[in-house]
Amino acid sequence: MTNTLSKRLQPIFARIASWFQNSRNAFIFAIVYCLITTLLVYFSPRSLPDFILFLASGYLIFALKMSIKQKALVGAVLALLIIPVVGIRNISYLGIFFQIAMFSGLALGLNIVVGFTGMLNLGYTAFFLVGSYLWAFFGSQQMFMLYAIPGTQPETTQYYLPANSFYLFLFLGLGLAALVGFLLGLPVLRVRGDYLAIVTLGFGEVMRVTANNLDHPINLTNGPQGITQIQRPILPAGLVQALGNFLAPVVGHVATQDEFYNVFFYLLALIIILFIILVVVRLNNSRIGRAWMAIREDELAAGAMGIPVVSYRLAAFSVGASFAGIMGVCFAASQTFVSPESFSFMQSIGVLSMVILGGLGSIPGVILGATVVIVLNFQVLQQLSLWLNGLRQSGGVIPIINFAWQNLSPQLDPAQYQRMLFGAILILMMIYRPEGILPPKLRKHERQTPSETVPSQLTPSESTPTEQTGEVADEAEAEHGAA
Amino acid sequence: MQRKNNSLFIKDISQGVLKPLGQIILFILGTSLVLSALMLLLALVLSGTAIDQKAFSDNGVSLMRFTLENLPQVLIDGITLGFVYAMIALGYTMVYGVLEFINFAHSEIFAIGAFVGVEILIALNGSGVLANATVLESYGWLVLAILAGMAASGIMAMIVERIAYRPLRNAPRLVPLISAVGVSFFLQDAIRLTESLTTGQFYRVFPSFGNFDSLVPLYNFAIGASNIKLSISVKSIWVIVAALVMLVGLNYLVNVTKVGKAIRAVAQSQSSASLMGINVNRIISLTFLVGGAFGGAAGVLYALKFTQINPYMGFFPGIKAFTAAVMGGIGNLTGALLGGMILGMLETFVGAYLSTFTMGAAGSEYKDILAFAILILVLIFRPSGLLGEQVAQKA
Repeated sequence: MTNTLSKRLQPIFARIASWFQNSRNAFIFAIVYCLITTLLVYFSPRSLPDFILFLASGYLIFALKMSIKQKALVGAVLALLIIPVVGIRNISYLGIFFQIAMFSGLALGLNIVVGFTGMLNLGYTAFFLVGSYLWAFFGSQQMFMLYAIPGTQPETTQYYLPANSFYLFLFLGLGLAALVGFLLGLPVLRVRGDYLAIVTLGFGEVMRVTANNLDHPINLTNGPQGITQIQRPILPAGLVQALGNFLAPVVGHVATQDEFYNVFFYLLALIIILFIILVVVRLNNSRIGRAWMAIREDELAAGAMGIPVVSYRLAAFSVGASFAGIMGVCFAASQTFVSPESFSFMQSIGVLSMVILGGLGSIPGVILGATVVIVLNFQVLQQLSLWLNGLRQSGGVIPIINFAWQNLSPQLDPAQYQRMLFGAILILMMIYRPEGILPPKLRKHERQTPSETVPSQLTPSESTPTEQTGEVADEAEAEHGAA
Repeated sequence: MQRKNNSLFIKDISQGVLKPLGQIILFILGTSLVLSALMLLLALVLSGTAIDQKAFSDNGVSLMRFTLENLPQVLIDGITLGFVYAMIALGYTMVYGVLEFINFAHSEIFAIGAFVGVEILIALNGSGVLANATVLESYGWLVLAILAGMAASGIMAMIVERIAYRPLRNAPRLVPLISAVGVSFFLQDAIRLTESLTTGQFYRVFPSFGNFDSLVPLYNFAIGASNIKLSISVKSIWVIVAALVMLVGLNYLVNVTKVGKAIRAVAQSQSSASLMGINVNRIISLTFLVGGAFGGAAGVLYALKFTQINPYMGFFPGIKAFTAAVMGGIGNLTGALLGGMILGMLETFVGAYLSTFTMGAAGSEYKDILAFAILILVLIFRPSGLLGEQVAQKA
């Protein structure tokens, strides 16, 4: 029965699929889908399913077969216009968008280390911490507090540096984190893979504990209380007012400066991500990227081919670290507050689970992974908690076993169980789909035999299989050259 | 089966019981002597400096005297802690020896043991059994709690292996490791969930009963004007004795019995072992069972010593025990003992002296990360560990 049904449905599916192969049709579909979901989110700002559907439009733009120009157009409108407006209308969404952007950046950085070179880094937040505390120290009044007891107010109201030096510190954070990564990597990258995981884990904890305790003898980090009142770059007040008034009829209220700061940091994170993606793509398609891949697949063979394994690993380690550094600076400014708690081992595992979920070594996969994990973590779990709370207060009873919801333990609060979420993601992905939801293109190609590859005319916007084979040949050549 | 004759039996006993006992005593004495000598030397070198003066104004005694007076107690605490670390380290090192894989979830196996043991004792305490128990009975209940913790942890370790590691046994190295990290995180919250649903809270306290908190005076001796009282608490004695018994038992199991031979065979080569008729999967399960049981026992003993437990308690002891295993040479049972002892001692030394010797700039708050510093140093300078052999890296 089901067999015949599926047989009957097959031509319909095929027709739908072929309809989508036309880039104009796909373009129209993407626009219509974006419009519909935007309207859904706009008119029901608290509905989780609508929000998820809305987020799916981002994936749709990536997945549909459109030309690069069409993708860029829809993507830009979505990212630059629709998301800020939707975000200002429901400010908690804007926080989520920023988190997604920030963690995508972190995950992309970690992806270089874990996905491209196959080194497991369990202390990735250490580099994030370096960037965050760099700007937190120089961008706050901490410089005047060096010999004060933590928690006291500084005597002056001045800041050590002007707020707009933030932009400079983005690059300093990038550089410092890269340097720290380099210095850590120098001794530890010689050890074998599973030891490296523990050493990096240890490094992450060392950084966190140090930040927690450096309030004496010199008060550098303010200890467990963290550094507060970190400056943000100055937004011109006139522009904020004008934009706020201009958007007021759309979003329902005159947006405050704080809300514009959220938009600003979202956009900044977006720019940083674009920069990171650019760097990662260029690196990945270069000699360095191919060397990384060779090291990942077989370290011994790579070394035998003349690839200087340790220095290439070191490069991957510092590049990955630098991205965390720049995101850290951005994070410190956006929160105006940092404390050691934000850089726990759990954060590192959170980022790792994004990379694993999306697909090791795959850029779109990693971004998708970050989105899914953030939405699960900050929306789905929270909503579950709210729902359970609602049930508790409703006074309802489960009929058959006669269990009153009221008696449900208040400890059963899904929002508190992030570790379980991350753990389950890691285990399930490793057992059932170790390559991730969206495995990298090249590896997919490697896994297939040549006859199975997709005919090239169906993927005009992506690199064709023939080109990829060329790349593999290039790689062999490059390695030969290196030798 | 033929009965073993007398000389073989004596050989077994000397191999399985006396040798490990001797090794343990040797390790304790060696580490104590070396570390004490280093500490006293440091105090001697620093005498008369600003550090000495600061110590004098803070404690009323010179740095040398301060070091000397605290030393015996520090050593006893260090030995106790060292035994706990050694027991956890055995779990890591056994699994590594057999599978060449870091069982990241072992720290949570340890926590599960602690929770099961403590929950049983809390339940007994609630029913009033413990309050009326004589000293001997209370020891009996403690042994029961340890056994229950061992059983729970051992079975849990087997389940974890079956679900999360066995399907990945032939995958690349990184894959089971990531899965193990996932299991570790999952179990932390699973413990928390179970605890909060059944008891409403997940921070538990070891109930006080019996005479575990009382101190047994060991020795009184005078150094100059000050009289040093050296004493050891009953719970520390329990930790040391229980750990000793089990460590010797494990050595006997691995080095003398037939099962131990099978475990060693599988560690050397799985394929050859299976050709010899050994059921490799069963032996690996058994390894997890034994290693997990040791973790569980360590958990209950840890709870006895430090009284407070929570679902995330396993993290630091786990990392330290892993460091101990690596330091001793991972895969090497004796090495795990030595590493655990050194690490436990070092940690107690840092906790007791670092603050004074750095004039308060850095204190015992850094003792948790000491293990990482040691780990990094060991991996750089002697990756095979103190007692390990140089082995080529397997791809």
